[in-house]
Amino acid sequence: MQHLKPVKTLALASACAALFAGAAFADPDLSAELVINDGELTLVTRAPSDDVITPNLPERYSGWLFRDAATREMEMDDFENPAMLAVEAGADLWTTVDGSAGQSCADCHGDATESMAGVRAHMPHLNANGVLWSMEDYINNCRTERMGAEAWRWSGDQMTSMTSYISMQSRGMPVDVQIDGDAAPYWEQGREMYYTRYGQLELSCANCHEDSTGLMIRADHLSQGQISGFPTYRLKNAGIVSIHNRFRGCIRDTRAESFAEGSDEFRALELYVASRGMGLSVEGVSVRP
Amino acid sequence: MLTRRDTLAIGLGASALAALPLTASATPVDDAVAAFTGGAAVAEGGVTITAPEIAENGNTVPISVEAAGATEIMLIATGNPTPNVGRFVFGPGSGSSMVATRIRLGRTQDVMAIAKMADGSYASTAVEVKVTIGGCGG
Amino acid sequence: MTDVRPRIRLPRSASAGDSIVVKTLVNHDMESGQRRNSAGETIPRQIINRFTCEFAGVMVIDAYLEPAISANPYIEFEAVVPASGDFVFTWYDDNGDVYTATETFEVS
Repeated sequence: MQHLKPVKTLALASACAALFAGAAFADPDLSAELVINDGELTLVTRAPSDDVITPNLPERYSGWLFRDAATREMEMDDFENPAMLAVEAGADLWTTVDGSAGQSCADCHGDATESMAGVRAHMPHLNANGVLWSMEDYINNCRTERMGAEAWRWSGDQMTSMTSYISMQSRGMPVDVQIDGDAAPYWEQGREMYYTRYGQLELSCANCHEDSTGLMIRADHLSQGQISGFPTYRLKNAGIVSIHNRFRGCIRDTRAESFAEGSDEFRALELYVASRGMGLSVEGVSVRP
Repeated sequence: MLTRRDTLAIGLGASALAALPLTASATPVDDAVAAFTGGAAVAEGGVTITAPEIAENGNTVPISVEAAGATEIMLIATGNPTPNVGRFVFGPGSGSSMVATRIRLGRTQDVMAIAKMADGSYASTAVEVKVTIGGCGG
Repeated sequence: MTDVRPRIRLPRSASAGDSIVVKTLVNHDMESGQRRNSAGETIPRQIINRFTCEFAGVMVIDAYLEPAISANPYIEFEAVVPASGDFVFTWYDDNGDVYTATETFEVS
């Protein structure tokens, strides 16, 4: 079978050529402004890069800039934005009593617009024991330890509704995650993963989202892979997609066995990728194709 | 082995055979139009469709249609397996013969709108919407 | 399916006789009847097949919807408001359920 090898290599090379097409027909519109509700709020979609976290990026761009006008507009108005259905469902869950302790989120945390402001901007972050947790971990910890309720599935409707609602309380705040001190080893692990080639296609996160930003992958525009807009309403799914769900999809697309949602690997990757978007606004709940 | 294409060919042959005794073999789009117009003549123009030239995802394509003086508008996705999208009847409380919605398009195709005017005449227009294949699991 | 929650947006104000833009959204899968589950079985169709809006008892729009309408159906249209009154919105589900929402609109 040795003679097959060059053929395979050739096939792979042409697959790669087809994967990233240059001369994008619709470059990101860097002049577009993400203004919400006719001027109520303007979100930061471009932030300066730095030499520590993103030495290979000229500037940090929200994924919103890479979308076409119709998709962008859906995020610019809270009525047009279908993710707001999940935010409303999350608001209801916030005050819903569940579990053996007979408590709701609101019983401890009060008004989410105050108590949850800024939470999303700092996620993921170290818990009291110095372990890196995602927002989903904090929510499920409250449910199982304080409320006596069952944990929610990572990407189930209830969890994504709750993360959507909590994320909205940070809309407009800059992404600001801790990457030093006890968080440093997690961040290093995430960076290592970001540059590791996975799967039969041997693609790292960086191959698409750093080396090929702005190019087309089939008929799609490659963004920087920022997560400042998550949770996001994907038009394809007609529903909310969590950060780890998107990671899983990306790694699956490299034809690799993916890590699980809520795995230590994805928590570390989440911290690293979040840090690459420091300075960008938390978008609350975004809309992506 | 029977491939999908063979099956399709057989299916087409069977339907062509079935249609032979009839005077015309109508497509699903023709059927949808005829069901709305009752076979009446349809004029070009007088209807405006606003839709993206290229839709990033065919699952949710924003579209609006307007036809001044129309009492009803029928939307047809000519390239969908089932072409009918919706029929919108404007009542006496309507402010204009306009409706905007979000639709599913299975592939690149013409989207057609037919308006029934107050005098019973029909007008139509069509626009092409290109539906792209997403890069990542699209 | 989670609870059905209609969303309605009307302008803040309008004068008597104005035509106003009405936007509506309802959470619904709009299951097309063409998809298959992991076992290869067809998932039965379940869509909102009709939507109506009346203002002060007068029909504004009567929409007959097909599976080609996207999940979480969004419908925007214009209504004339001759005087203050109630908007009544109704969504008809294939399963027989009917969801309604009422919004009072005051003209200035």
